[in-house]
Amino acid sequence: MKETPLTENILEVKSLKKHFPIRGGVLGRAVDYVYAVDGVDFSVKTGETVGLVGESGCGKTTVGRCILRLTEPTDGDIMFEGRNIVDLKPSEMIKVRAKMQIVFQDPYASLNPRWTIKDIVGEPLLLNKIAKGETLRRRVLDLLTLVGLSEDHMNRFPHEFSGGQRQRIGVARALASTPDLIVLDEPTSSLDVSVQAQTLNLLKTLQANLKLTYLFISHNLSVIKHMSDRIAVMYLGKIVELGSRDELFEKQLHPYTQALFMAIPIPDPAYHRRRVVLKGDVPSPVNPPSGCRFHPRCPIAIEKCSKVEPELIEHDSPGHVAACHLAGQQI
Amino acid sequence: MTCMQDLSKSKGATTLERPSWWEERAPQIRELKFTLYLLRQSPLVVVGFALIGLFIGVAIFAPWIAPYGPEQRFWQLPQQPPSWQFLFGTDTTGGDIFSRVIWGARLDLVIALTVVASAIVIGSVLGAVSGFLGRAYDEILMRITDVFLAFPALILAMAVAAALGRNLTNLTIALIVVWWPTYARLIRGQVLAEKERLYVDAARAVGASPRRIIFRHVLPNSIFPIIVQATLDLGGVILTAAGLSFIGFGAGAGVAEWGLMIADGRSYLFQSPWIATFPGLAILFSSLGLNLVGDGLRDVLDPRLRR
Amino acid sequence: MPEAILKIRGLKTYFYTYAGIVRALEGIDLDIYKGETIGLVGETGCGKSVTSLSIMRLVPDPPGRIVGGEIIFKGEDLLKKSEDEMQSIRGSQITMVFQDPMTFVNPVLTVGDQVSEVITLHQDLAREAVETKIDEIQDKIVQIDPSSPDRQRLMERVKELEAMREHPPKASRGEIKKAALHRTIDVLKLVQLPDPEKVVKQYPHELSGGMRQRVIIAMALSCNPDLLIADEPTTSLDVTIQAQILALLSELKKKIGASILIITHDMGIVAETCDRVGVMYAGNIVEISETKALFKKPLHPYTQGLLRAIPKLHEDIKNLEIIPGSVPNLIHPPSGCRFHPRCPFRMDICDKEFPPLLEVDPGHSVACYLYPEKKR
Repeated sequence: MKETPLTENILEVKSLKKHFPIRGGVLGRAVDYVYAVDGVDFSVKTGETVGLVGESGCGKTTVGRCILRLTEPTDGDIMFEGRNIVDLKPSEMIKVRAKMQIVFQDPYASLNPRWTIKDIVGEPLLLNKIAKGETLRRRVLDLLTLVGLSEDHMNRFPHEFSGGQRQRIGVARALASTPDLIVLDEPTSSLDVSVQAQTLNLLKTLQANLKLTYLFISHNLSVIKHMSDRIAVMYLGKIVELGSRDELFEKQLHPYTQALFMAIPIPDPAYHRRRVVLKGDVPSPVNPPSGCRFHPRCPIAIEKCSKVEPELIEHDSPGHVAACHLAGQQI
Repeated sequence: MTCMQDLSKSKGATTLERPSWWEERAPQIRELKFTLYLLRQSPLVVVGFALIGLFIGVAIFAPWIAPYGPEQRFWQLPQQPPSWQFLFGTDTTGGDIFSRVIWGARLDLVIALTVVASAIVIGSVLGAVSGFLGRAYDEILMRITDVFLAFPALILAMAVAAALGRNLTNLTIALIVVWWPTYARLIRGQVLAEKERLYVDAARAVGASPRRIIFRHVLPNSIFPIIVQATLDLGGVILTAAGLSFIGFGAGAGVAEWGLMIADGRSYLFQSPWIATFPGLAILFSSLGLNLVGDGLRDVLDPRLRR
Repeated sequence: MPEAILKIRGLKTYFYTYAGIVRALEGIDLDIYKGETIGLVGETGCGKSVTSLSIMRLVPDPPGRIVGGEIIFKGEDLLKKSEDEMQSIRGSQITMVFQDPMTFVNPVLTVGDQVSEVITLHQDLAREAVETKIDEIQDKIVQIDPSSPDRQRLMERVKELEAMREHPPKASRGEIKKAALHRTIDVLKLVQLPDPEKVVKQYPHELSGGMRQRVIIAMALSCNPDLLIADEPTTSLDVTIQAQILALLSELKKKIGASILIITHDMGIVAETCDRVGVMYAGNIVEISETKALFKKPLHPYTQGLLRAIPKLHEDIKNLEIIPGSVPNLIHPPSGCRFHPRCPFRMDICDKEFPPLLEVDPGHSVACYLYPEKKR
């Protein structure tokens, strides 16, 4: 079986920042920045699932990509299995990559349309020198069986499969190098309800059997609730609330979290709840508001909120943190 | 590692036999069949294929079809109208036009293929690297291609051919010089688009090196527009080569090249129209066929239309 | 008994493709009543979008074709109308809001131009032109010095124009443009766009996704349609923006009196906005009911499976129940009831013939052999 990992926290993200320059002018100088991720701290314990939830522009996908160094962080540290991976050279990174994989959102676009499934799922095996030739075929078949596909799927192109099947292929590819951590970037957002249910159940089974750790990124709070042990809510490049799933669902401290919960349509017409609909649009991360970034849309904002940025601190139970001057107040 | 093996054993993994070469290629064969089906739908494309087939067939089987050699002259029978002995008549020096048209097909096919193949290779490598690396390298290459593309194709080819000297090899070189920037641009555009795609990220996530990504992932996805462009360009090259020979920059005197043959027959257009007309028709039909097929391929290979 | 503005009977739409004939809709029956909001829910490939396209006669032909049935709208069969007649209906009496607000709007026209275009196309704006002129002059009157002789003249002019209200003269191009702009601003106010005078001059890319969707809704409502079809109107929007748009649609429902057909895969949206719901599976409607009744007592096994497969925010479920198998291939659909291969209650009769849609409870119909018709 797997060796016990060296650290209790398989992943620690410290002050992660990613600023995308917007280039303009003849020489292409950076005229402005997109503050996609602007100081994010959290950790993931071995074996748990941490959900990262937020709307478009909040930076959650960028966080996932930075962790894998698909996008290079502007600043901050990423400790994976006790080791800071931010400055590793490509030759060292490849060993790390074997242990840390990602399943992408768009199951079609993430598979090379001109490669067969066998090649796609087998590539990590080749690159990590785990198997080749006949052994590779066998391993690929094992992986496909693991996700519920079969031998006759091996020699086909991605477009011959349905969305749900393509996503399984993505999962099989992610599992090929026997990773410890898998980042799941909206893995079921483009799938139908029943296919989503199958995929989520599969992910849960795999996690239990293969002792995986998940970072589950999604904008769908219901799915996050179903899958996660702890949940972090992001808004405009920062984490605004973080806590265990039960705590968060019992009581939301941050006004944005409350609004998010209220905004989600509940599939039960008999269920009555208070609704506060947020005004205004999701802001762009190019020019974040001063002070607390949520203050322009916040129904309970006070003057302090536009001046002083609140810190992510504990307010009642340990481990449940929120960044709000009025944390706990109902909107 | 052990976990997974346990799991697969408990699920009962099938024993594998190594599939045959045919089975391995099954998905590509299916793709091909689908493409051919789509192509069959348009009557114009079918006509185009027929013309190309004729062109290639004539070129390949020239030694067996042509009644006379390309250099053979019947000095005593110049400017003869078409007859059973000389199906397309003879030209000013007594050469059989029918045979010379057939031999010309072979020549033009070779030139066209050489030019396009070389242009593709040179252009692709430069374009792919430029597109992938971006920034300064990209800028430099783009400015270089700008310079080449600023000239009208014929003028540039003329200039190069004139500088190098009048023979067929130099004609070919001149045409390659004219044509490679188009492919560089084309490939660069494709690479720029493809490198942002998610499967490239996926490849990076599993540890693929940039070189592997360019050549194994991105380029194979960029070939469709090249196929279309290449088909159209084969026709274009034939026309341009003929044009250059017509002006006097390509084939040396006496060579069986269609453009040259038209030039020879130009002054006799009213007395002996067959001298210029038949080679002209040959150019027309071969490049027409290539254009029709090229257009058909463009419609068929558009990924949006396929699914 | 509410009046039905749209009656669909036996609608069949097929797509003729390389791989075979895709039987996308296999005999749909649906009534839409005046003033109600009805949802059509189902998964990918069930035919809900094809239904809306068929109503609008926008099914791409080739490869699609409506091969049977009738769509009775205001007493006339839409399937028998000519393209010209359909064009005058589309955009004014039956309008549509699509899923992706970015691609639906023309990026090179300003918002004002686009909404005005719809209005100008379908409405006779002569009367509106007169009203606009009246408003203009009245604005001038307010600004002018009361003692000036011009004021008297202007007030007389207003009286003249007011007399012309009933039989307005043919308006000039410029007047029509102004009138259309006036109405555009009105309808943009209706969809609660902040600062409509500014928005009319903006281009679509200058607006956010939520605002664009409001613009599209504005276009759809500008001519007071009888039926508004909203095909996944909020799928591409963020959750908080989605909440805004759904709240907007609820308010508008009361104001405008149009019937709304909402097509979605999200049961949550259905629960919150729809009066009645139709559940579709593989080209058939398998259950229609009032919303509350559907969620409280889903009858069709597919509906039951669907509701159990959704992770619910307000409940705690350990494992999502899945419906075994997958959505069938519509080229070779299963015989009889298309759901039978996946149904836990399958009986012998289920693969022989498609069960008819029968009313089992008042207002609640099911197409399933488990339920005999309610005895009257």
